[in-house]
Amino acid sequence: MIPIYLITMFPFLAALLVVLLRRLISERYIGWYILIVPLSLFLALCRYLPKASGGEVHTESLPWIPSFDIHFVVNTDSLSLLFGLLITGIGSLVVLYSIYYMKNQKSLALFYTYLLLFMGAMLGIAFSDNMLFLYVFWELTSIASFFLIAFWYERKSSRYGAQKSLLITVFGGIAMLASFLLLHQITGTFSIRETMMQLDEIRSDVLFIPAMILLLLGAFTKSAQFPFHIWLPDAMEAPTPVSSYLHSATMVKAGIYLVARFAVIFGGNDLWFWLVGGTGLLTMLWGAFIALRQNDLKALLAYSTISQLGLIMCLLGVGSVAFAGNGVVHTEIYAAALFAALFHLINHSTFKGSLFMVAGIIDLSAGTRDIRRLGGLFALMPVTFLFAAIGSFSMAGLPPFNGFLSKEMFFSHALDAAKLGQWQMIFPILAVVASMMTFAYSMIMVFKVFFGKYRREQLDRTPVEAPLGMLLPPLILSLSMLAIFIWPNRLAEYIIMPALKNIMPGYDLATIEILHWHGWNTPLLMTFMTIGGGLVIFLLLKYWKKLYNLLPDVLSVDVLYRKSLSGIENIGSGLTNLYMTERLQHYVFYIYGMFIIFIGGMLFFEEGFLIDFSQDAPLEIYELLLAVVMASAGFSILIARTRLAAIILNGVVGYSIALFFVLFRAPDLALTQLVVETVTTVLFLGSFYFLPELPSRKGKLKSKWFRALVAVSVAIVFVMTALAVKSFRQFESISSFFEETEQPAGGSNIVNAILGDFRAFDTMLETIVLLTAGLGVYAIVKTTSKRRTRDEDQ
Amino acid sequence: MKINDVILRAAAKLVIFIILTFAIYLFVSGHDGPGGGFVGGLAVASGLILLLLSFDIETIEKGIPVDFKLVAAIGALIVISAGVGSWISGDSFLTMGLMYIPIPGGGEFKLSTVSIFEVGVALVVIGVVVTVISSISKDV
Repeated sequence: MIPIYLITMFPFLAALLVVLLRRLISERYIGWYILIVPLSLFLALCRYLPKASGGEVHTESLPWIPSFDIHFVVNTDSLSLLFGLLITGIGSLVVLYSIYYMKNQKSLALFYTYLLLFMGAMLGIAFSDNMLFLYVFWELTSIASFFLIAFWYERKSSRYGAQKSLLITVFGGIAMLASFLLLHQITGTFSIRETMMQLDEIRSDVLFIPAMILLLLGAFTKSAQFPFHIWLPDAMEAPTPVSSYLHSATMVKAGIYLVARFAVIFGGNDLWFWLVGGTGLLTMLWGAFIALRQNDLKALLAYSTISQLGLIMCLLGVGSVAFAGNGVVHTEIYAAALFAALFHLINHSTFKGSLFMVAGIIDLSAGTRDIRRLGGLFALMPVTFLFAAIGSFSMAGLPPFNGFLSKEMFFSHALDAAKLGQWQMIFPILAVVASMMTFAYSMIMVFKVFFGKYRREQLDRTPVEAPLGMLLPPLILSLSMLAIFIWPNRLAEYIIMPALKNIMPGYDLATIEILHWHGWNTPLLMTFMTIGGGLVIFLLLKYWKKLYNLLPDVLSVDVLYRKSLSGIENIGSGLTNLYMTERLQHYVFYIYGMFIIFIGGMLFFEEGFLIDFSQDAPLEIYELLLAVVMASAGFSILIARTRLAAIILNGVVGYSIALFFVLFRAPDLALTQLVVETVTTVLFLGSFYFLPELPSRKGKLKSKWFRALVAVSVAIVFVMTALAVKSFRQFESISSFFEETEQPAGGSNIVNAILGDFRAFDTMLETIVLLTAGLGVYAIVKTTSKRRTRDEDQ
Repeated sequence: MKINDVILRAAAKLVIFIILTFAIYLFVSGHDGPGGGFVGGLAVASGLILLLLSFDIETIEKGIPVDFKLVAAIGALIVISAGVGSWISGDSFLTMGLMYIPIPGGGEFKLSTVSIFEVGVALVVIGVVVTVISSISKDV
């Protein structure tokens, strides 16, 4: 079997290859090459299935930064595998679909690079056991999603949507990181598996509640739960395959994964129940309510996704009661709610993925997604209609599709929740209300688009049936919806039940059977109520839509987001303008002031003024001469009349320092100093042109004194530091370790052994900093020179 | 203003070879003697800057058709991938390997993965320094 870490890294490698080889591959065929990646990964992951269904956990570990307990550990259990198979399975279909959907688009290589990047990151989330790795992959999915939403970046709305999703999901990601750090504080480990072993310590810690809330912030932002759902509708600016893949089938499920994975740690108390279950319930209701208002097919699907994610979250909340384990409640009953959550998660991926693909087909062939302009497409696109109907009926919870089974389970678990207390009665009530609206908007998708009057004059072109390649992915998804309905227990046996056991490690659970027919009971009654109520809403839609006029716009979360964004910008620019005065003198004051306060303060409070000349080597004549040269060059800068002279004198000081290094037998430093001095002098001369003439020296006496004071104090602190370094030992010296470098690092030059080996991590990051700074300078120079030419043109 | 810089150009053509040779020497000798990726890269960059100073920028861009921003980016990629390479042998990130290859007729040749790392560092330094200086002087 192929190691999981290779499976996770494979999409990244493939993305790199695409970038490097993009000139060699024709854009027309690139998709077919890409298709190999998810397809082969899907097959490779399938081979882990038998092992994982047997309850075995396959672990691999690669050390990354062992000294900080950061290892790339992959854990393959059924829960990870469920997500892994969804990611690669839906991924294959989406890539196949994009080959046709994106046929006439430009920069396809980039599109697939982002898609592969996302795929790898998402697999990383599903398989990593180390929380820090989970976090990095988590943010990587946000970044990939950002690029994909902004794929048509020339549109303003694309850029807006991309920024919004990035801001909200990264905010959540950072909250999640904080939660991981709190957990690490309690347990001392970053491994999820090891954390689960220390349940008692975690639950009794004061940091338990903050860690829980921060973790949920991460999950809720990613999974678009109320009130963080606002980014998902704007993310619909992405190409439709992306909406189908990231924003309905996989990425938004990452939050669900997180909640499911950590349920064993945080679950079982009231706060978690209400936060997860309550937020889920509210999101489900609100999403369905707003979805009914939409006229854009994709927007409708986006709100419906929000609503469905809420449903899954709600089930996870109800299921968390199973962890309470105080003997009062039946673990089995509530564990079944977790089971239903996983089941609905799979079902949602099938029908929503398919519906998005259908929406894409309609958009492409009719030229619009506006429901008001569409109608009567049944005769023109019968096959597409079939898939739309299957997907919608499954979403509405009608037999014979998989949605019916999980909807039925949802109703029965909402009733279970009601048994917990008085307030929990809202679960079944709101569940039915939300389902009615779900039923209504599912019907819109079918009847408003495919039936009714066909108005050719509303459309830019005559709709035609899509090519086979575009119909194949929804066909496969539709067939799987039917298959899951007919043989649900196969799926349960191989994936869902083992995954449930992974969510609840250490619990002894009996196998849960999915039944098609429960007899005449309350859930069935609720289904009939849903259908009846849904039909009423659908038929009275004209009057229903008036309800939305009652909603005040000011109160919407979207307005709050926009206001806070502009508020932050205003405060930020106000603060920055306070100190960015565009005067070099002020900036130098800040730097020196900080230097004096912190370094001088440290020396003062730690009593570092130990001046001890007793062990110094005798002063040589060269050293004295060099010191005199340096001092006189330094003083001459003060009285230099032209800038050129000052630059050259500055160079003299620099080269003298290099000579000092030579005298003190530090060839590496001398070399570096020489070259750096040369380059900076050239740089100085290059920018010399832009600098004004030296100002006259007749400034105010007061400010002159102030500057002199700063200069002299900096000099004093510097000298004191230099002297203190020798005698003042705050920490034990580590130089003896480096003196023996020949053995471990294989090099006799200590400086380079430190740079390239012992502290290679620092060097690596420093090169990245250098690169960033270089690109920054380039960008600043380019933009300002462009602005200048533009000004000159005007 | 046209500056007569015949002497500078003639000298630069000659000196550049000395500088680049020295830079390569610095780079290679890095692990045991003074030198290394950073200094070597800086020396190469300063050689290129000498060319920039003595000839105009268009000539240089025609003669060396390299995007130095890309050089820097590739360097950074090499630096990072040098760390990943150690996974193949099961070591932790950024562990460097070392190998002695005997030279026929006596002596041995030391080969270390640090060199790959240092190549990356050198490329970043060259790329960034040349990018910064050329973009500033192009602006003039």
